[in-house]
Order: sequence, then C-alpha cells, then structure tokens
Amino acid sequence: MFANYDQIIERLSVNQLWDFPGGVHPPQQKSLSNKSNIEFIPLEPTYYVPVKQHIGVEGKLLVAEGDRILKGQLLTASESPFSVPVHAPTSGIVAKITRHVSAHPSGIPELSVIIDADGQDTWIELKPVPDYAKADKSELIERICDAGISGMGGAGFPTHIKTNNSKPLEFLIINGIECEPYISSDDRLMREHAWQIRQGIDILVHILKPKQVIIAVEDNKPEALETMSIACQQKTNYQVVNVPTKYPAGGEKQLVQVLTSREVPSDGLPIDVGCIMYNVATCYAIADAIVEGKPLIERVVTLTGRGLKSPKNVWARLGTPIQSLLLHGNYDASTQSSPRFIMGGPMMGFTVTSVLTPIVKISNCILVPADNELPHPEDERACIRCSACSDVCPASLLPQQLFWYSKSKELEKAEEYNLFDCIECGACAYVCPSEIPLVHYYRQAKADIRNQREEKEKSDKAKIRFEVRTARLQKEKEAREEKYRLASEARKASMNKDGGNAKDKIAAALARAKAKKEAFAKEAENAQSAENIKKKESVSELSDSFALPKTKLVAVDEDAAAKKERVAAAVAKAKAKKVAADEAKKENKEL
Amino acid sequence: MTMLSLSSSPHHHNRRDTGQVMRIVCYATIPGILANIWFFGFGILIQIALAIITALVTEGVIMELRQKKTERVLKDYSAVLAALLLAVSIPPLAPWWVIVIGTFFAIAIVKQLYGGLGYNMFNPAMAAYVMLLISFPIQMTSWLPPLSIAEQSHTLWDAIHTVFTGFTSTGFSVEQLKVGVDGTTMATPLDEVKTALLQGYTVTEATTRIIFDGAYGKGWLWVSLAYLLGGLFLIKNKIISWHIPGSMLASAALLSLSLFLIDGDQYASPLFHIFNGSLIIGAFFIATDPVSASTTVKGRLIFGAAIGLWVIIIRNWGGYPDAIAFAVLIMNMAVPLIDYYTQPRTYGHKNKASKDS
Ligand code: SF4
Ligand code: SF4
Repeated sequence: MFANYDQIIERLSVNQLWDFPGGVHPPQQKSLSNKSNIEFIPLEPTYYVPVKQHIGVEGKLLVAEGDRILKGQLLTASESPFSVPVHAPTSGIVAKITRHVSAHPSGIPELSVIIDADGQDTWIELKPVPDYAKADKSELIERICDAGISGMGGAGFPTHIKTNNSKPLEFLIINGIECEPYISSDDRLMREHAWQIRQGIDILVHILKPKQVIIAVEDNKPEALETMSIACQQKTNYQVVNVPTKYPAGGEKQLVQVLTSREVPSDGLPIDVGCIMYNVATCYAIADAIVEGKPLIERVVTLTGRGLKSPKNVWARLGTPIQSLLLHGNYDASTQSSPRFIMGGPMMGFTVTSVLTPIVKISNCILVPADNELPHPEDERACIRCSACSDVCPASLLPQQLFWYSKSKELEKAEEYNLFDCIECGACAYVCPSEIPLVHYYRQAKADIRNQREEKEKSDKAKIRFEVRTARLQKEKEAREEKYRLASEARKASMNKDGGNAKDKIAAALARAKAKKEAFAKEAENAQSAENIKKKESVSELSDSFALPKTKLVAVDEDAAAKKERVAAAVAKAKAKKVAADEAKKENKEL
Repeated sequence: MTMLSLSSSPHHHNRRDTGQVMRIVCYATIPGILANIWFFGFGILIQIALAIITALVTEGVIMELRQKKTERVLKDYSAVLAALLLAVSIPPLAPWWVIVIGTFFAIAIVKQLYGGLGYNMFNPAMAAYVMLLISFPIQMTSWLPPLSIAEQSHTLWDAIHTVFTGFTSTGFSVEQLKVGVDGTTMATPLDEVKTALLQGYTVTEATTRIIFDGAYGKGWLWVSLAYLLGGLFLIKNKIISWHIPGSMLASAALLSLSLFLIDGDQYASPLFHIFNGSLIIGAFFIATDPVSASTTVKGRLIFGAAIGLWVIIIRNWGGYPDAIAFAVLIMNMAVPLIDYYTQPRTYGHKNKASKDS
C-alpha cells in the first residue's frame, strides 16, 4: 500500500511529495515576529522550574531549600528510564521548593524549584564529548538524557528513549515545518543556527545510522530553506525538502505521510514505518549537549500577536515567568478587553491561567492576540451536519459524529469512531460554521474515557481480589471437608477391620449394664433415678465412641435390661412376701 | 491576581458562520426567482413573502416556548431558507393558506418537533411539499402557462388578489388563467408529456404542443438555467460541494439516456428531464441541505446518484409527474445507513472506522 524506499528517494530527489487529506490555510501572521534576530534578554530575579516538563515520570529532587546552585546544575536525577532531569537555569539559591502554577491548560500547581538568581550566571563545570564520532552510542544517549532533552516541538517525549532505537531505520526526519500560524521560533533558529542544527543531525546520524536524512521545511520559510540547504549541502544523504504550506503539515503523522506516503499505524510509532522524527530545536539542543556539554536550560520563544508592541523571538531560560516576556514584548493592555495570553500557537496553544506561568521545554510561543485579531469565541450553535469539519480533518475522522457522541456521552460510540486518532489539531473547529469548540468536546470525552478505564481497572482489580479471596476460602473449606471425610472414613475402616475391638466395647457396655442391674436389684425402689444416671452415661459413651447406632442399641438394651431387672426385683419381692406368708401360714398352722 | 480570560483551542476561527452560509444560499436563488417572475409572473414573490413571514413567526414562537435565544436562532437563516425553497416549489398562484400551512408544517413539525436545526431527519421543505401535494392536490398542481402564451396576463396586483381571494382583480379564476392562447388548459411540461403518453401519443408528438419550445417547456429551460447559475456560484464559493448535484444530475442523465436509447417514443431525452421540472433546483438547492443529506464524501455521491435515479423512475412509472420531493425524502431515510457504510478510513487504520476494532 505504501511507497518503498527507492520510490520515496526518487520522488524526494525532485521534491515531489505526497499529500495528507484535509488541512486548512489559516492566515500565517509569521512576519509579525520573524523579521529580527533572536534576542537575548537580561537575567530574571526569580525562576520557577517545574520538576516535570515532559511525558513520563518526574525525577528525584537533588537540591534542598537554601542550597547554593550553579547554572546547569542538576536539580533532579533521572531514576527511571522514562524520566528526564531538569537543570538550574542560572546560578543562585534555591529559595523554595513548592507547588507553582504549571504550564498546562488547567494551571494545576506542580512541584517546582524556585530559584533566586545571584546575577553571576556562573556555569557548573561542563563536560563536552571530545569527539562524538569515536564515542559509544550508549554513552551519547546517556548524555542526551542527562542534558534533560525532551522533544521541543510538541508533546515533549523524552529524546533519549526515541534515540535508543534498535529497529531498522530508513528515514531520519528533521521537522522544520512549524505549521502553526504566528510562531517563528524554529524559523529563526534555522536561519541563524543552521550549522549547529546540522551538527545535532550529524550526532543523531552517528547514533541511529539511518539510510536517509530528510530535513523538511515549509515553503513559507524560504530563508530557512536556504540556510538549511547550505548547511547540509556536503552531505549526500541529507535532503532538504520544501513542503507546501498547509496546516497541520508539521504533525508527526502528517509529515510522515507527506514525505513517504506511509501512515504510522494507529497504535504504533513512526519507527514502525521506518521513520524517526526530531524537531530542529531538539537537534540544536543535542549539539549543545554533546559538543558543548551544556544541558537544556533555554530555548527560543516567539513573542507575538497584536497585543504586543514589539513582537520578536527571544532566548528564554526555562522557568522564566511569562510576565517578564510580556514586558520584553511591550504588552499593550489597551488591545485586550480582558487579558488573554496563549502559550503555543492559535490552533493548538492554550490560554495560561497566570502571568507567573513558567516557560518549559515545549513552550515555543507566547501569543497575545488583540481582541479584534482572534475574537473571543461565540456561543456554539447547532451542528448543521455540513461536514466542513470532516472535509478538513487530516486524520480522516468524522468530527461531527465524534462531536455528537462526545456531547451525548456515548463514549463507546465515540471510541468506535476512532476518537483516539484525533490529534487535536483544531482544523475542524477552525472551519465549523456553528463555532462549536469541537476539540474541547474531544478532550473532555478522552479524559472521561481514560477515567472510566482507570475506574474499570481499579474495579477489575478489586473484582479479581474478591474472586481470588472467595476461591481461596472455597478451597480451604473444601480441604477441611475432605479432611473430615477422610478422618471419619478412617475411623469406620478401623472399626470394621478390628471388629473384635468394637464387640469388646459392646460387651464392656453390657457388662457395665449388668453390674448396674445388680445394683438395681439392690435398690429397686430408686429405679427411676438410676435410669436417669444411666442415660447420661450412655450419652457420654456415645460421644466417646462415634459408633452411634450401635451405642444406641446398647442403650436400648440397657433400658430393656433395667425393665427386666425391675420386673425381676418385683417378682423377687413378691416371691419373698409369698414365702414369708407361706411360712407364717405354716407357723399359724403349726401354732 | 488579575483574572485571565481562558478559552480552549483553536483560538482561530474561519469567520463564515452558519447564518452567512444559509444567507448565501438564499442569495443564490435570486437568478432563478427573477427568471421565474419573468416567465410566470409575480406569484412567486408573494409566495416567498408569505413563506418567510410564516417561517419566522413559527420559529420565533417555538423558540420563545422552548426558551431559547430567539434572535440568535432566527439569525441562522435556516428557517428562511427552508421557507424560500418551499415557496419556489409550489404553484405561484396557489391560495395563501397553502403556503402558510406548508411552511408551518415544515418548521414546526418537520424541523422543531425533531429537535430543531441539525436534528431533523427529513428535508423540511420537501416534507412539507409532499404533505401539501397529498392534502391539496388541485391547488398544488395548478401551474400557470408562461405569460407569453397565456390568454390572460396578470399584474402584481392580480397576483396578490388571486393568492388571497382566488380571483384576479378583474375576476378571472386560476382555472381561467391556466388557459393558453390556443384555448386549452395548460399544464407543466412534465404533466403534458405524461398525459400525452397515457393517451397514446409519443414523446415527440407531445412536445409539439404550444407550451413547448423544442424539447423544453417554454420558460422552464431558462428558469432551470438561472438556478444552475446560482448553483454553480455556490460550488465555486465552496458553500456546497459538487458531489451531490454532480452525481444526481449524472445518474438522472444516464438512466434517462439509456431509456431514451431503448425507446425514444416512450421515454423523453435526458435534456428534457434535466431542464423541465425542478431537477436543477433540486440538485443544487434541495438535496444539498446539509442537515438531511449524507455527510461523507462517498456517501454524498451515493445519496445524489440515488435521488437522480428515483426522480427518473418516478417520473416515468410513478403516479406523480415530478418527483424531486419523493426522491429526496426516500433518500433522507437512507442517510444513516449510507453514512455508516461510507465512513472514510482513519489515518493509520487498515479498515474503515468502527469496523476494525
Ligand atoms: S463543521 Fe460544525 S456544523 Fe458543520 S458538520 Fe462539522 S460540527 Fe457540524
Ligand atoms: S482536531 Fe481531531 S477531529 Fe478535528 S480535524 Fe484535527 S484530528 Fe480531525
């Protein structure tokens, strides 16, 4: 179904690409910010460095409040393979370690190291790799991890994990598309630092050994295209391609499709179709880490929008609160009826909840739109099923159906319509004539489904625990019953085996009864009470022997015997009386 | 701390909203309406006015009852468009209560009772048309001959008078207005041919009658062409996609051509079918109603093609001379099925959505 390696190379050599379905062409607005060089800005008094800035788990804190730290010093250690450390953006003192508003749409406070700068900006001792070409692959990967690099284009996936690849790799793709309107940080980086980006690519090539490198730049950045081409011209297997401008061409899946015609499987990774992709800023950071030994502590951030009087690109340290960036951009409050700051671009960015929100590794832009520039959303109207949304969806989803099922909370249906293949690019909501915030509904539905899954997992676990417990109890019960059964069988068997023994017991019982009979004979008048005592004895015998029916029989015999005794005693008494009477008669006769 | 304003991405919107879309569709009917006035008189204008007023009042009252934002809903122009499409579909001099009942039915029953805009399964204008046709067959089939061959001409005032009283200001009834210069009662071209065929004439013989201009009914050709112009304008401005009108006209043409080639005496030519009756307005303005049409690309092609087939089938073998409304309603019912089976393949999936999991 997909093109093979040679076909792709052939087409790339003449810059003939494929296309992805849908897509939109929002106004670019890049020229607002891409006219001047990236500026350096003065040190901040305070930095707010979140401990976790990427997908994965957070590292363990290595510093404590009051510690004196140097620029580039590790603040956290990466303990699990999925964690990436963070570093001090400058030298100073750890003022506090506490929860601080996060660079996330929710703004939920996250554990952050708050650093008071000392103004010296003293580096920790740097340890560059002298010659990466001679270095071991695993050492380089470790260095990349230690430098705290995670994907700087989108989701912030830990770079060392992506780089630790063992599958066959055909295309190393360098993403310089930057398809979001307004943003120009990658554009400026390519224009000014093409050589260092190329160094980063060289390092990746050394580690990954791809068959071909593709550097993809959108055709609205002719200068960047040129500088990248010049930087890569000696390398025969590096190909700089010019990608037609269309949003979201820079999406990982879409770019793979545009360059290779291949589709990343829904539940897979680009490597499954022979590709790995890095953002240009990530390449730059990799070169910094290996060649200079510098960790990732700053990045290019675009300050733009008509709410800023001087839009531009700046080098911002990670942890810089956006309020100081707003100052550098000359924020003009009169352009906004209520302050609105977007981190990221107009299509996928989010509005920050506080001006103290820090810059993190993935923050490529602070967009300050004037009211008339990106008007506040209106209330949504009914969906008229016009399918404008499905016409532009790059994932070929049916956004109107997803919307329908997300809104009505028919989550299973939404999943059936591949909700999780939605990349949240916002193209659908951009064109929707009813101004339905479609992506918002999808995010909510996704979160609901994730929650449900977690709940289900939890209840499944509880259910399993319960089932295991009942099974165990059942087993124990069965084992117990089995033991009793065996025991009683054993007793029966032993009884049958030495029948003499049992007969002895009966005989003994009979003998006891006989003895008692004799006692009764002596005390015939107290027969009733004696009987009671005997009954008690027979009961205790019963529990002693377990030979229930036989004992009963014995008891019955005993009863019968007692009756006989009583009768015999009475007869004897009567006989005795008669004898006495006869003797008396005899005496009377004789008298 | 100052409160920042929060919203969810995307923050960018293409500025063409639903109201604008509907309004542009309304505007695109103007050439057709003008042509209609030119050939058949002012009746259509009165019908449109009555329909729009009824629609707005009905929708407004219902919105008030349902406690929705009345003004906002009215501004989406969907009621106006539905009313407009019904008005241009009925005979221009039909009595006023016909269009009022029809429009009320379209808005209150077909649209709002199903939950309002976006929820109605049937095309409101066409559902109302069928209801009217079945309930008031005489009034709904009293079409006028083109003015050029009518024995009695009528003015705007006559048209108003007739719609409200049944007679022109000079006392002619609709029946009298229907009489052509040759003294016979006129019908629509489709009617004419149908009746002629039943009486044993051939199609060619039927089209020699006075209301015909070659193969086309006098006036009807031009009205259709004017609507075609409006329709092409909509496609060009990406208000509608070409899929439904394209496949509908193509399938109607193909089927009628096959029949015509088999027996040209019994079956009219594709051009006759396309330019007489309301196939053009149906293809560009009615079947493309987004709410009740299929939403997938393939689905739209199937939806349109099936309507085209139904139209030709009903025209040739059905009981009614024109068939757009029936064909559209039949296919409206099939939309959920079509949509389900024509889902596109999602990126990164091997099979169609909802069938591979
Ligand atoms: S673009 Fe908006 S109104 Fe149109 S079908 Fe999609 S969700 Fe519905
Ligand atoms: S946000 Fe999701 S549904 Fe909408 S266009 Fe993008 S991928 Fe498609």
